[in-house]
Amino acid sequence: MTTLIVRRLLSALPIMLIVSLITFAMIHLIPGDPAVAIAGLSATREQVENIRRDLGLDQPLMSQLWHWYANLLQGDLGRSLLLGQPVVKATMDRLPVTLALSAYALILTLAIGLTSGIVAALRQNTWIDQAAMVFAMIGISLPNFYLGLLMIILFAVELRWLPTGGYIPLMQDPIGWLATSTMPAFSLALLLAGLLARITRSTMLEVLRQDYIRTARAKGLPNRQVVMKHALANAMIPIVTVVGIIVSLLISGSVVTETLFSIPGIGQLLTQAVLNRDYPMVQGGLLITTGLLVLVNIGVDVCYALLDPRVRYDG
Amino acid sequence: MSLLEVRNLTTAFQTARGEITAMEDVSFDLNPGEILGIVGESGSGKSVTALTIMGLLPRPPARIASGSIRFGGQELTTLSEGRMQKLRGPGIAMVFQEPMTSLNPVFTIGDQIVETIRAHENLSNRALTARAIEMLEKVGIPSAATRMSDFPHQLSGGQRQRVMLAIALVCRPKLLIADEPTTALDVTIQAQILDLMMDLRDEFGMAIMIITHNMGVIAETADRVMVMYAGRVVEEAPVMRLFDHPMHPYTRGLLECVPAIGQDKERLVAIPGTLPEPANRPRGCRFAPRCAHAIADCSAGLPPLETLAPQHTAACFRAIELQSA
Amino acid sequence: MVDVVDLSAPRQHPLRATLRRLMHHRLFLLGLFLFGIVAIVAMLAPIIAPLDPNKLAMRNKFRPPSADFVFGTDNFGRSLWSRVVWGAQLSMFIGFSVVVINAVFGTAIGAAAGYFRKLDNALMRVNDALMAFPAVLLAIAVTAVLGPSVNDVIIALGIVYTPRTARIVRSSVIVLREMEYVQAAVAAGAGHWRILRHHILPNAMAPLIVQLSFLFAYAVLTEATLSFLGVGAVPPTPTWGNIMAEGRQYMLDAPWIITIPGAALMITVLGLNLLGDGLRDVLDPRLRIQS
Repeated sequence: MTTLIVRRLLSALPIMLIVSLITFAMIHLIPGDPAVAIAGLSATREQVENIRRDLGLDQPLMSQLWHWYANLLQGDLGRSLLLGQPVVKATMDRLPVTLALSAYALILTLAIGLTSGIVAALRQNTWIDQAAMVFAMIGISLPNFYLGLLMIILFAVELRWLPTGGYIPLMQDPIGWLATSTMPAFSLALLLAGLLARITRSTMLEVLRQDYIRTARAKGLPNRQVVMKHALANAMIPIVTVVGIIVSLLISGSVVTETLFSIPGIGQLLTQAVLNRDYPMVQGGLLITTGLLVLVNIGVDVCYALLDPRVRYDG
Repeated sequence: MSLLEVRNLTTAFQTARGEITAMEDVSFDLNPGEILGIVGESGSGKSVTALTIMGLLPRPPARIASGSIRFGGQELTTLSEGRMQKLRGPGIAMVFQEPMTSLNPVFTIGDQIVETIRAHENLSNRALTARAIEMLEKVGIPSAATRMSDFPHQLSGGQRQRVMLAIALVCRPKLLIADEPTTALDVTIQAQILDLMMDLRDEFGMAIMIITHNMGVIAETADRVMVMYAGRVVEEAPVMRLFDHPMHPYTRGLLECVPAIGQDKERLVAIPGTLPEPANRPRGCRFAPRCAHAIADCSAGLPPLETLAPQHTAACFRAIELQSA
Repeated sequence: MVDVVDLSAPRQHPLRATLRRLMHHRLFLLGLFLFGIVAIVAMLAPIIAPLDPNKLAMRNKFRPPSADFVFGTDNFGRSLWSRVVWGAQLSMFIGFSVVVINAVFGTAIGAAAGYFRKLDNALMRVNDALMAFPAVLLAIAVTAVLGPSVNDVIIALGIVYTPRTARIVRSSVIVLREMEYVQAAVAAGAGHWRILRHHILPNAMAPLIVQLSFLFAYAVLTEATLSFLGVGAVPPTPTWGNIMAEGRQYMLDAPWIITIPGAALMITVLGLNLLGDGLRDVLDPRLRIQS
């Protein structure tokens, strides 16, 4: 197991190397003079030169690359032009917010997606199955910001059940957090639950056809045990790989959800950074988020191995 | 009294092109401790017969159209799923053709045996483990106690089939249904598994229904043989009698191409032609289009299964005539 | 019981049989219908929405849907019907452009990586790195670099999604490369180009077509997300995302500014998803969700 984790971490290194190179290159791909683009049209010549010097853009490219990696290894991704604070600190301050929201949404996704997928598979071709799949189809076709807006109109404006936006930290006031996070989490989760329900259903149908399910029935196990133990344990193997994709989509989705609900997470931070041409922040935020996602995927691979003894034992 | 009495059993499947009968009007008896061989090509209805008795066919699309199954005096066709589930294991157990895929890959073999006992008996964990190890030893798994924590992929095909037998027999069933239990195995392993089944029959005293397309397997194991063709029983007799005096031309065809045990699987090539599709079976005798002795009358109606000698029935209009010829 | 599809045989799809099966797939037809409506509206935009989508008319602002203004007006009195119809044209244009970029570059990269083992490692490392970024984050970062025009958005979406397409093409090509008939062509001395064009790519089309129809949906959806965030095509360009972003402030008094373009977006994506499901059922039954 340890060798598996080490090997996966090692195989993630080249990916992260390229990811960091792409991130580094971004600022140099800005058409024209990056310093002018960052400073804006109304900037004075002096301001432009300051930015150029601060970001090291006056150095030769190789020297810049060297500094990028030297700083990266020390956990330094530069300073945000907008916030004036280190990029790493700005990101780490916002990260718990996004993580809490994503975790909430992930739990909802798993609860709704797995349940409806399993039920649909067990009731294949009945109205329950069809209703679940129609909802899943609508779910995957509903843009999450549109769903969020509709929810705000309904639950915040019309019914006044929940606030239209804003954020209360979980540690400060769990009830308040729940009140501010529920709509964002649902608007993220319904879409992904649709995706998960479709995959769970097809995987379960595939597994339920397997010979070992017939064996489990032939030895007189109750139906509940056949489905919840024998079928689910096997269906979870492919489903776990989908969870990695779902987390990636959650992070993507949280960008717009956080902006929509005024939640001070990484998504909002990066959107603001892009709108204000705060390139160091964009680079750093992108790199950190992607790094986390790569770690999540390694975690998913490890879970995969834990669930499947064939992988676990052969390496 | 016989252990199992099957009478005029017909199983139908709902398909996109209407209902088809996978097996029809099948009747037979099985006594305690007896070994009945059911033989026929793939698609002849022998596996459907087994799965119908086990109550393992998904309904729908499957449906018992008529007939009865009495097991130990109890009618199975009308039994609730809950009661049927209690019967699987201690009443009737089954092993399947594919040992490679019939064990759940994500659970240890110990767990898969233990849960079988637990589903039917109330035992302490220690007793459960002891029973499982004992059973593994009985099916010839060496160092059984340590193999309990092995996963199926760590075992060979022959060992997996032994584990399947252990799972099937651990609740001491009165009837074991073995559907092509050796077909997927190597030649030498085939003989070992068959020997093991015979030994276990002697030890546990259960009846066995062995399903195969291999006449060699029948000769090694069965007391009595039932031959099926296109969903119907065409001949039934004690094994020696059947091998000596086959009365149905199809049985004779099968016997002419008996492979040595373990020889290539689906090789019943001596009979020209193929099994008719269930949807378009010929009128009259279903074997007629492939039969060297068919005459016009053979297509007039279904030949009834008639007792032509003591304990020997066959469904052929010309059986007596051909016998004396 | 189980639908076994022989992977080893090159599966040919006589066009007529495929079309006939598609025409019997009810959900596909529904998808075709929904997407067709949007596509036709987009094409006919100059005829059916003659009012300039950017023409301000403050005296008409916040008119609810009525006989005069089918979809009502927005905060500047602009006809929402005109804006949504021209928005449909933009969505279709962007979606279609991204599909074309993916079809060309995704196929080229995927085929090169799958066919030439020496290129595989290098190409797929970069490919995987691009796929490691969360899609929307990468897209907004790229628009931050390139700029906020429709063309820049198309390039950004191309960069985000082409690696995914390349991966799908690559896996088909790897399987096909090992097929006997391809090996036979190699043995017969056929050139790489000929083998790829005549023996491999035609058989790799089915999964690609399925992918492209879903991709169209993602592209439309992500473009709307970008403009909703304000990092897509600059206002007042009438993209659905822009209309909704502007309408956000007025959602209490004029909810139609949000609900109507949102519904248009949803119909488009739903139609494309149904199309994709149908194409997958018919063209690529290995991936079938329905049993």
